[in-house]
Amino acid sequence: MSPSPPGSAATSPPAGPAGARPAFSPPPPPDHGFGGRLRRFAHRNAWVIGLWVLLVLLLVVTKLIQPRFGAPGITALALAALPVALAAAGQSVAVLAAGIDLSIASMMALAGVVAASLMQGESEAFAVLVVFAVVALGLAMGAVNGALVVLTRVPDIIVTLAMLFVWGGAALLVMKTPGGAVAEWLRNLISGTIGTVWAPKALLLLAALVAVVWIPVRRSALGLSIYAVGSDRQAAFRSGVHVGRTKVAAYAITGLFAALAGLTVTMSTGIGAPLPGPYLLASIAAVVLGGVSLAGGRGGLIGPIVAVFILRLVRADLTFLGMDSNLATVFEGAMLVAVVMLGGLAALRERRA
Amino acid sequence: MIGRRAETAGADGAPRRPAAGRGDRLLRLMRDHPLIPLLLLLLLLILALHLARPGIINHIWFTNTLKFAIPLAILAACQTLTMITGGIDLSVAAVATMASFVMATQTPIEGPFVAVLIALGAASFAGLVSGVGAGILRVHPLIMTLGMGLVVAGCLTVYQRSVLTSGSAVPKEFAWLGSGLSFGLPNSLLLFVPLAAFILYALRRFGYGRLLYAVGDNETAARLAGVPVRTVLVVLYVVSGFLAGVAGLVYAGLIKTASLDLVDPFLLPSVAAAVIGGTSIYGGRGGYAGSIVGALILTVLTTLLTVLQMPEAARQILFGGIILAVAAAYTRITGE
Repeated sequence: MSPSPPGSAATSPPAGPAGARPAFSPPPPPDHGFGGRLRRFAHRNAWVIGLWVLLVLLLVVTKLIQPRFGAPGITALALAALPVALAAAGQSVAVLAAGIDLSIASMMALAGVVAASLMQGESEAFAVLVVFAVVALGLAMGAVNGALVVLTRVPDIIVTLAMLFVWGGAALLVMKTPGGAVAEWLRNLISGTIGTVWAPKALLLLAALVAVVWIPVRRSALGLSIYAVGSDRQAAFRSGVHVGRTKVAAYAITGLFAALAGLTVTMSTGIGAPLPGPYLLASIAAVVLGGVSLAGGRGGLIGPIVAVFILRLVRADLTFLGMDSNLATVFEGAMLVAVVMLGGLAALRERRA
Repeated sequence: MIGRRAETAGADGAPRRPAAGRGDRLLRLMRDHPLIPLLLLLLLLILALHLARPGIINHIWFTNTLKFAIPLAILAACQTLTMITGGIDLSVAAVATMASFVMATQTPIEGPFVAVLIALGAASFAGLVSGVGAGILRVHPLIMTLGMGLVVAGCLTVYQRSVLTSGSAVPKEFAWLGSGLSFGLPNSLLLFVPLAAFILYALRRFGYGRLLYAVGDNETAARLAGVPVRTVLVVLYVVSGFLAGVAGLVYAGLIKTASLDLVDPFLLPSVAAAVIGGTSIYGGRGGYAGSIVGALILTVLTTLLTVLQMPEAARQILFGGIILAVAAAYTRITGE
């Protein structure tokens, strides 16, 4: 099956085993005080901890390369990473349920143009309603994807490939060329910082959105079902999990994150653009680098989001070093390939051991 | 069709209903001969085209359909072969574009013959890298080839800088092959018919063809039975890269120019053609004949939507809807 970097990160503290089979997990090993708990936490989240270390190292390297890199640089980084991070979070949920959503960039485009066209010539207060409409649209798009996967029994990758065309076409129906408008308060919501210069609004918004959407899900029966269905569909079915409903719900959450990501693109550019951006590949790259197993059931949302920042930062560093942006694209692709190859190698060794 | 699967339980453990009665006999006929409904669908689309614009079905339409379907069908071969082993090759569009661009830009420098060798060599090399990743390091083929496509597209942009001054030209021979006619038939058939016959024959009769099905059906069983799975996969992705390169050259001959996104619009249709043709993305089942019909169906469908003067938006929605409907119908008919 697919190679997966070892690691299973959850947004929740390591209260319960966040790993492969939540329904039939063995009892946790005896607790040997704080040290033991810390060791187990480190072991369980090794991959994500490694990512955090890598991110800090990269920040240091960036500072060394570009001594002027500081708070404004971080703010720009957070703003650029925000839509990608939300897309990666959405993709992670689909992948955790052993699915994949190739239509994520098209859903983002549709949500973006719907928001921009609704807000055109309307009041600032009306934009609040638009935000709710976009959230509903995201849930609906995702639920349609999920329902089609469940009802037709066609593989996820084919269904979402077809829906990539459908949502992309719908975005073009709403708006042929980029246009529309965005309420001023929405634009202010993500640009700049709040309090100190070290707290970019985009970063805080990202944390808030992910926390509000994912933590309740992760802690509920639904979260457990998503992991159960992702790690072993048959076992989940036999232990009474409603597989179809869980898949639809997982895709709905993916759609919700995609819609929010599309909304943030519109918020930062001020207009809606009907053509899907390069978010599909970026989201899958982040999911893989973030330690989520493509076979499903293993990983969390923090890893992919950190991975988005790592990929963005590497790109920024290459630009600082004077590498031209095309070569940076090559490097980014090569890095993705190298990461998944190393992940594969690690999985191979683990299997042999 | 090759590789029929024995009676299996459904995804949730529900046994399949035994077939009985006339309707079920029809279903069983379709299950055993999936080409029949596909050909019916193709005829239906042609009929719809005729109704939409009477008189469009003529010799020019026929040759143009074949000309555009052939590059798509070659790319669909890449998808069919990789999907039979349970993989997929999402780098085909980038690799095909690279082959056409390298060929066109190297022709003024090295002459057409060497240029083609360089182009196909580069395409095969890209396939080799994907093959090493997917076959030996066991990276998921979807990720490996997606990343490889990105790398190839990026390399091409960098390469473009170095050949800006030398210009580009598609050799006469390829223009003849891609867009010329002999005896009222497209010349590209000269390349495609032997190629397709070889792939069809190899999948059924060659040991290597059978190994692809074995690996796709049950990799562990294949390995235990002594199949060199890694070698099979590496060779497969090299072949896939090579075929993508050939498709790029043929398409460049048809369009008679080279650009950095020449073949990109063919990526998703190539997957769609294989899926419509009945190749299972889970591996072990399918064949090339269906993919060829799938490529024809998609080409006729594109013409139909153009003739109906659908706006681009509606065209995309319909395209997606039809892929999904065919895949769903197919899943239902074959009872997978």
